[in-house]
Amino acid sequence: MTLPQLFFAYFALSMTVLSLLIVTRKNPVHSVIWMLVLFIHIAALYLFLNAEFLAAIQIIIYAGAILVLFLFVIMLLNLKREETAQKYQSQWPISMGIALVFAIFMTMIVGKITVMPALGEYSVEAIKAEGSMMTIGKVLYTRYLLPFEIASLVLLVAIIGAVVLAKQRVE
Amino acid sequence: MDFGAGFSLIDIRPLTPEITMICTGLILLLLDLVVKKKEAIAVLGIIGTIVAIFATYRLYAFNETRSIFLEMFALDGYANFFKIIFYINVILTICISFRYMKIEKASIGEYYALLMFATTGMMIMASAADLIVLYLGLELMALSTYILAGLMRKQRKSNEAALKYFFLGAFSSAFLLYGISLTFGLTGTTNIQDIAGLVSSLSIADNAIMHLAVVFLIVAFGFKIALVPFHMWAPDVYEGAPTSITAFMSVGPKAAGFAVLGRVLFEAFGDMQIMWSSILVPLSILTMAVGSIIALAQTNIKRMLAYSSVAHAGYILLGIIAGTTDGLISSVNYLMIYMFMNMGAFAIVIMLRSEGFQGEELEDYKGLAKTNPAAAALMLVFMFSLTGIPPTAGFIGKFYVIMEAINAGDMYLAITAVVFSVISAFFYLRVVMYMYMNDPKETVILTKSPSMTFALALTTVMVLVLGVFPSVLLNLVRSSIIS
Repeated sequence: MTLPQLFFAYFALSMTVLSLLIVTRKNPVHSVIWMLVLFIHIAALYLFLNAEFLAAIQIIIYAGAILVLFLFVIMLLNLKREETAQKYQSQWPISMGIALVFAIFMTMIVGKITVMPALGEYSVEAIKAEGSMMTIGKVLYTRYLLPFEIASLVLLVAIIGAVVLAKQRVE
Repeated sequence: MDFGAGFSLIDIRPLTPEITMICTGLILLLLDLVVKKKEAIAVLGIIGTIVAIFATYRLYAFNETRSIFLEMFALDGYANFFKIIFYINVILTICISFRYMKIEKASIGEYYALLMFATTGMMIMASAADLIVLYLGLELMALSTYILAGLMRKQRKSNEAALKYFFLGAFSSAFLLYGISLTFGLTGTTNIQDIAGLVSSLSIADNAIMHLAVVFLIVAFGFKIALVPFHMWAPDVYEGAPTSITAFMSVGPKAAGFAVLGRVLFEAFGDMQIMWSSILVPLSILTMAVGSIIALAQTNIKRMLAYSSVAHAGYILLGIIAGTTDGLISSVNYLMIYMFMNMGAFAIVIMLRSEGFQGEELEDYKGLAKTNPAAAALMLVFMFSLTGIPPTAGFIGKFYVIMEAINAGDMYLAITAVVFSVISAFFYLRVVMYMYMNDPKETVILTKSPSMTFALALTTVMVLVLGVFPSVLLNLVRSSIIS
């Protein structure tokens, strides 16, 4: 096994274990902390793919902002009752069965993969020449300008939604 | 004006309908602060939509079929026709929600603004020439409808509807993104037309990963159009959401889902037709079966119509399974007809809701013909149309999709569709039986308003006219799609 393969094997395995830890912990704060570790692992995988900008974003936004928000919500909700309540519904063996069938199906697919040559304009060399931040910035404001604008609308709707659903209405 | 990178201000012109809708939405949001009468805001929403219709009409003449905005946005007849469906849908929704939202004490300006944004999302989906634009349009539509479903904050059912819709919608978005990223990994592009070229030039139509990507995309769109087994959210969400939004959701997002399903499958994966047809066939049979059979057991009319809309998705799928342009035409034709009959039926359901009376149970329709003969007669027309009884438009819709299934050689599929259509007659005609053959339990007072009369008049006339002169609509669909 070469070094990159070993590296990938470690991250793939530990990410699976971490994901399982997140959904099985009784204490929600523990879940969030495990999620933090998971996000750092994902960032490392991005680095592995030569996407250092995405790795930084992953740490700053997910590990930094979103998880702090999670912790705030957990603190505000005061989840004492949920901690002692039954964690899973009674149908969980059925879901487990379906998930297992899906896992077997996916493993069969993985065996059939034919590796394709790298395609598209943005090959590893092209991005290395410019730097990933520069490439993303350029593409975002030229070629992907329309999607970028639509994304701003999506955010606007999210803000309106939060206000509409949260504000106290005077009848 | 040149912005560099090969795009200029003239490129914005094809986007004028979308920009009009967005500006209308923003103006409505601002006016909500100063205008006390929410009806004025609603009327302004309708005016904005009419301006957008005019813009689309001008672009029909513009006859620009190439992909614009660096091949992100397609302005072809297919997209334009779907936009017409979305416009009529939003106008009818506004018309039927005037009085209703007041009765529900949820009459706020944001309601109309969000309807505009949701419609913009659908329009972007119909015009998407790139999978990223498609995804963002879908999110814009979905996010707006989640909020609209949960608008009646004080009611548990409305909250449940919004949450359920949100979670399952987020789940389906994950499938969509997974499908898109697998496609991107294999072809190196997200452009729908380029994908088609690369699938054939790289000969990856038999690649297992490619198949997986198509399956994921079908699952994601299946959630939006409520195909069985991805329909679990539909009954609860349709029941809990405000009825006007149920009407909006049962047509708009479904039509948008079919628009992207048709475009992605026909344009990007046209070479893999045999593969995706074989996935859609069992889905379509299951959808027709579950929709028709479970609807029999419903006692709440909103739930019944939810299952009925699930079943209709199965019929619409027949045209897509056929895999021919004629098949696609029959599906789009069905969607237009479905909008009129479904909107009409929901308009009657909304009329039954009055101060202190829910009017959502089937029992409430008992003896409606004696107390309100006009409303009962209209409900009769819509129920006949949803069943598919001539001379209503519903018959024409079903007739063409089933004929396309036969033309494509799927005889057993056509027979299944007819069988479930007969089963569905039981629950549609039960409403008619309640209205005409039972004595009224209590006097139902209908909530009438001029805009409601307009919506009912339009839907009834269309259901009857399209039933008698089907070629008018069919020729319009044909000329739009073939151009």
